[in-house]
Amino acid sequence: MSDDRLQQLYQDILLDHNKQPRCYGLLEQHSHHAEGYNPLCGDRMELTLQLEGDRIKAAGFEAAACAICQASASIMAESLPGKSLAEVAQLEARIQSLLKDEEASDPETDGDFAALAGVSRFPARVKCASLPWHTFEMALKQASDLKSDPVA
Amino acid sequence: METLPTLNTAKTFNSQTVRADFPILQTEVRGKPLTYLDNAATAQKPRLVLDALDRYYAAENSNIHRGVHYLSEMATDAYEATRAKLAGMLHLPDPDEVIFTRGATESINLIAHGFTETILQAGDEILITHMEHHANIVPWQIACQRTGAELKVVPVDDDGVLDMEAFTHLLSERTKLVSVVHCSNALGTINPIKEIVAQAHALNVPVLVDGAQSVPHESVDVSELGCDFFVFSGHKLLGPTGIGMLWGRREWLERFPPYQSGGDMIERVDFDGTTYKAIPGKFEAGTPHIAGVIGLSAAIDYLDNLDRVGALAHEQALLKAATEKLSAIDGLRIVGTAPEKAAVISFLIDEIHPHDIGTFLDADGVAIRAGHHCTQPLLKRYGVPATARASFAFYNNFEDVERLVDAVVRMQRFFA
Repeated sequence: MSDDRLQQLYQDILLDHNKQPRCYGLLEQHSHHAEGYNPLCGDRMELTLQLEGDRIKAAGFEAAACAICQASASIMAESLPGKSLAEVAQLEARIQSLLKDEEASDPETDGDFAALAGVSRFPARVKCASLPWHTFEMALKQASDLKSDPVA
Repeated sequence: METLPTLNTAKTFNSQTVRADFPILQTEVRGKPLTYLDNAATAQKPRLVLDALDRYYAAENSNIHRGVHYLSEMATDAYEATRAKLAGMLHLPDPDEVIFTRGATESINLIAHGFTETILQAGDEILITHMEHHANIVPWQIACQRTGAELKVVPVDDDGVLDMEAFTHLLSERTKLVSVVHCSNALGTINPIKEIVAQAHALNVPVLVDGAQSVPHESVDVSELGCDFFVFSGHKLLGPTGIGMLWGRREWLERFPPYQSGGDMIERVDFDGTTYKAIPGKFEAGTPHIAGVIGLSAAIDYLDNLDRVGALAHEQALLKAATEKLSAIDGLRIVGTAPEKAAVISFLIDEIHPHDIGTFLDADGVAIRAGHHCTQPLLKRYGVPATARASFAFYNNFEDVERLVDAVVRMQRFFA
């Protein structure tokens, strides 16, 4: 078996995030919300964000998705709180270039995101790793229902 | 055209000799011998089909129905002969009732268009089943939206068997068509078409059978099924992609208006008005997929020389072996356990998403499908967004089953 290639994809960090996802569970109090869906494989996730001004205070997600998608969502959600939207945009650009193998990963600066670099060798799986970020973008575009409905 | 080359297939089925007919089965993927278990998505092509395509383009290429020159006559003959060949294979009474399409999807769209234009009205009903492929759901949803007709769905039970009591109950004088899959691509279930046709015909309701998954597994006698429409795709039957067929009873096809229009489907064109060819020409506008038809013809020749009863028995033996071995694995669950099944196994493994199963098995050279199999409503009924699916053809062997099972066991250890 091409064990190396698989090990590159399913790095321990990813498997750990898959098994014990961080920030799992939707935020009751949130300003932004979106559902992401990949019709190709059925990956599905829901993301909630609590923004104050242009800074993310908290993030929470739930997913019925493959290991790559779930781990990517977990790493993303864990990294968001405390960041400004401008900082997140920079981070997202970095992740996209890692997934496309345009830049080399650096565990020192990329942290857990570095583990996503192996996905670039599996073109069919890049969408799985990207879904959380697409969902994030959708959430920013769609103001949550709860924003105008503080009862819920 | 030339006489056919000698075939490796003997009339008595031998799974090892048939493998030699399929060049792709001798190849490696990811440094492993290819274990191709995605036959429900598309079948591999025998050398006979590849050679026919090559020969057509290299030595016989020409348009049909319009030239008086040698090549055009040859191409026209080969094209029309395939219609008759298909009629023979499926036991159809009249080759003129065979329409070439791009595949089962286009065939169903053509029929749905015909029903939309000529039959359906508000209050009418179309009856399908919960195990239909999207290709046999969406065209009817659109037909219903356009006409005010209503789509009714026959439920399936936990094993993936059609609820025939519910079918009887849902069938009524409001039903204008029953459209049902012969063999489920996601579960493998083979539906009781003869019983469905008998009940529907008792109320004068026509029946469309989606044979995309049944014709690859068994030799289908459409006249015995008794249905009114039958469709399939050539690429699942060892033929090229982009070619398929629709058979319909003459009275229906003559009633339907053209589906597409343009060249070759007309009798006389005038700015004051145009008349159309009789069937099948009326439904074959433009230059058709001639090479596809010629490739499909070669696929039928191949199957004619195959011991199909033996091939089916071999597939069923593979299904039994794979079902037993996979069921014995802890944490693995098979979705679709109907007693009447084609060699298709949809499965789930605890804690491992089907998409990850697909990637992991691929690294072992084992090609399966992971996803919703274009049957989202069906998977929703089983409460899952996706399954892993291994689907077998007669050219698979018991080593393929072993490789699948070994890869699954190794994967469980990896993700443990």
